[in-house]
Amino acid sequence: MRFRIFRYDPDKDEKPTMRDYDVALDPHDRMLLDALVRIKEQDDSLSLRRSCREGVCGSDAMNINGRNGLACITKLSDLKEPVELRPLPGLPVIRDLIVDMTQFFKQYHSIKPYLINEDPPPEKERLQSPEEREELDGLYECILCACCSTSCPSFWWNPDKFVGPAGLLQAYRFIADSRDQAAGERLDNLEDPYRLFRCHSIMNCVDACPKNLNPTRAIGKIKELMVKRSV
Amino acid sequence: MTPAKRTFDVVVVGAGGAGLRAALQLSEAGLNVAVLSKVFPTRSHTVAAQGGIGAALGNMGEDSWLWHMYDTVKGSDWLGDQDTIEFMCREAPKLVYELEHFGMPFDRNENGTVYQRPFGGHSQNFGERPVQRSCCAADRTGHAMLHTLYQRNVRARTRFFVEWMALDLIRDASGQVLGVTALEMETGDVMILQAGATLFATGGAGRMFHSSTNAFINTGDGLGMAARAGIPLQDMEFYQFHPTGVYGAGILITEAVRGEGGYLLNKNGERFMERYAPNLKDLASRDVVSRAMATEIKEGRGAGPQGDHLMLKLDHLGPEVIDKRLPGIREISKKFANVDPVKDPIPVVPTAHYMMGSIPTNYRSEVIAPRGADKEATVPGFYAAGECACASVHGGNRLGTNSLTELLVFGKSAADSAIRFLKENPGQKELPKDAADRSLARLARLDNQKNGESVSEVGMEIRRTMQAHCGVFRFPDMLVKGVKKIHEIADRATRTQIKDKSRVFNTARIEALELENTIEAARATMVGAAARQESRGAHDRADFHKRDDVNWLKHTLWYKEGDRLDYRPVHMKPLTVRTIEPKVRTY
Repeated sequence: MRFRIFRYDPDKDEKPTMRDYDVALDPHDRMLLDALVRIKEQDDSLSLRRSCREGVCGSDAMNINGRNGLACITKLSDLKEPVELRPLPGLPVIRDLIVDMTQFFKQYHSIKPYLINEDPPPEKERLQSPEEREELDGLYECILCACCSTSCPSFWWNPDKFVGPAGLLQAYRFIADSRDQAAGERLDNLEDPYRLFRCHSIMNCVDACPKNLNPTRAIGKIKELMVKRSV
Repeated sequence: MTPAKRTFDVVVVGAGGAGLRAALQLSEAGLNVAVLSKVFPTRSHTVAAQGGIGAALGNMGEDSWLWHMYDTVKGSDWLGDQDTIEFMCREAPKLVYELEHFGMPFDRNENGTVYQRPFGGHSQNFGERPVQRSCCAADRTGHAMLHTLYQRNVRARTRFFVEWMALDLIRDASGQVLGVTALEMETGDVMILQAGATLFATGGAGRMFHSSTNAFINTGDGLGMAARAGIPLQDMEFYQFHPTGVYGAGILITEAVRGEGGYLLNKNGERFMERYAPNLKDLASRDVVSRAMATEIKEGRGAGPQGDHLMLKLDHLGPEVIDKRLPGIREISKKFANVDPVKDPIPVVPTAHYMMGSIPTNYRSEVIAPRGADKEATVPGFYAAGECACASVHGGNRLGTNSLTELLVFGKSAADSAIRFLKENPGQKELPKDAADRSLARLARLDNQKNGESVSEVGMEIRRTMQAHCGVFRFPDMLVKGVKKIHEIADRATRTQIKDKSRVFNTARIEALELENTIEAARATMVGAAARQESRGAHDRADFHKRDDVNWLKHTLWYKEGDRLDYRPVHMKPLTVRTIEPKVRTY
């Protein structure tokens, strides 16, 4: 199978190049990551992040034939050759397929991604009904792979000012949690021309999410809450 | 050249469940903490845990920590230390409630309490009937827990050193641990991180087996560092094979599938676990189920054209239950087995999963390294928690859910112990002059190696050898050959060669350094297995078919230097309750 992979090592390359690889696959090689591991056996200088190899750790996000996805759950049989692999767009490249995610995590941290509840905790668990808990489905499963935010033009233009779909999904995850007491503060934190409102609902994030989550819907809910409290 | 140095109160190595729980405790105590991780914290392998956290909350019916303790001791085949097991089972409910207060999105019951599901080996009233003890968030409990703990650390402003790989422990002449050397992956720089206390939470070494549920990062780094620093590894021959890894892919299918009512079938469509464990059936301990599966395969009742796997049936649970309680499993099955479990059974096979052994610790998570006759002697300034620690709560076989319980309980206790130690031993001791020498020599060797073998080749040899010689069933001749082979491979591992010499994010170098850790875990496992002449828990010998409490009710200690073995007694005495006396183990 043929691959064309973005290569750049700042230690020795002046500029990035695309390098071709032909790999003989084993019948057991099912996913793109399996092929990348084989390529690395041939050429140990190919650098990428990977860990769980089952789509839950979020390490191996990359741009695959023009779409963001996780290498470990992208089936080789679904890919057109040559398979073109590039680092996630819009973030600085450290090396090869490895990007600098500082800005992405900075935005995640900016939404205070933790439960805020100032009441002294009860002796046992805080109670939450199954219906209240269901509100968190489709939100808490985010793996912070950045496929969504790095497919979003608004995030490309303003990664320092626009929270991006991943961060906003998590902002709503806490707003939606019946145990959280800081919804108002969280909305204040997003009441800004850039942080929330740079989302124009083009839904690239929904298309890119390897976990089938829907940041656009969550962003819509935040916007609704903003409107509700202003009237 | 001496590397740069930074000084902290505590250095935590690893940011999975145990590392994050420890870090939280330390940060909230106001200490100057550095948390090192090879990966961004939420990428740690805790994220892949599925089924739940064991704690006797009693939300679904009567339960008690004493029953949890009994199940854990029995599950361990009596090799577990009863003081640490008591400590864990007593502390567990408190730490689960605390995790809920942190924001963990647990599933809920109608009355608003945390939902708990049945799990293998967990019972009511000392083995009478299954109990619902596993606190879960669908089948993504580890993911939910890891993110919750990370989020809480964001709140506590914990300082992370992300994508830093610890290389070696620093010990002074007295044996006290004074920190670690580490490599910043992005720049290739080496640094000394000096610390009043050092806490390992580096996880397991599942990558030493060919067919494994474990992530690529689970390379036994803490074990390698400890072994090189003269600290023993304990009970490494006890390695858990999870009954249900996806056939051909190794991806974990949680025991929660059986907890929720799924069961295993052989090629004749027979629910064979009824023959092996008439009482708990498919919810017997993992070692029991994996052995039953291997027996079915060996005796020609395996499924598929090769007869080399079994089928996990759950379609009778219905799509509602599957989508609500096991959505991740449905996703994994479709992706990795081309099967929709709502309609068809999942092909599964026992798969290397969890290391019961590791760096020996006591219930305070202090690392133990016997000195002469003192088999309980601890290493000053050194703590370990999670899979890289052998507390030993799992003994010969871990019960499902107890790994997450362990992370919480011993992550916290390790931090508490470190805080106590720092109070009693304020200030930093002087570093030995050669503090970084071992690490620098390892890196220089890699840079200059000529005519060596590739890391992937030697790694493959380790995985093949461990799989073939040290699997579910162990045979004397294979073990003897295995020891010889693993020694040969260990020799080859000292001559690996990388082509990539870049300083920037050199993952070839990282993999070479990881291999030097994995080989120590593999050696300890093989040597310990060859020496232990009995069958107990996950260690099953064809030539010594029974448990032998007279000669082998003791912990194995393996030392890297000269492959030396030693033994220490099992703690049969709990902290406050009566000893659970060994008896025949049936389910």
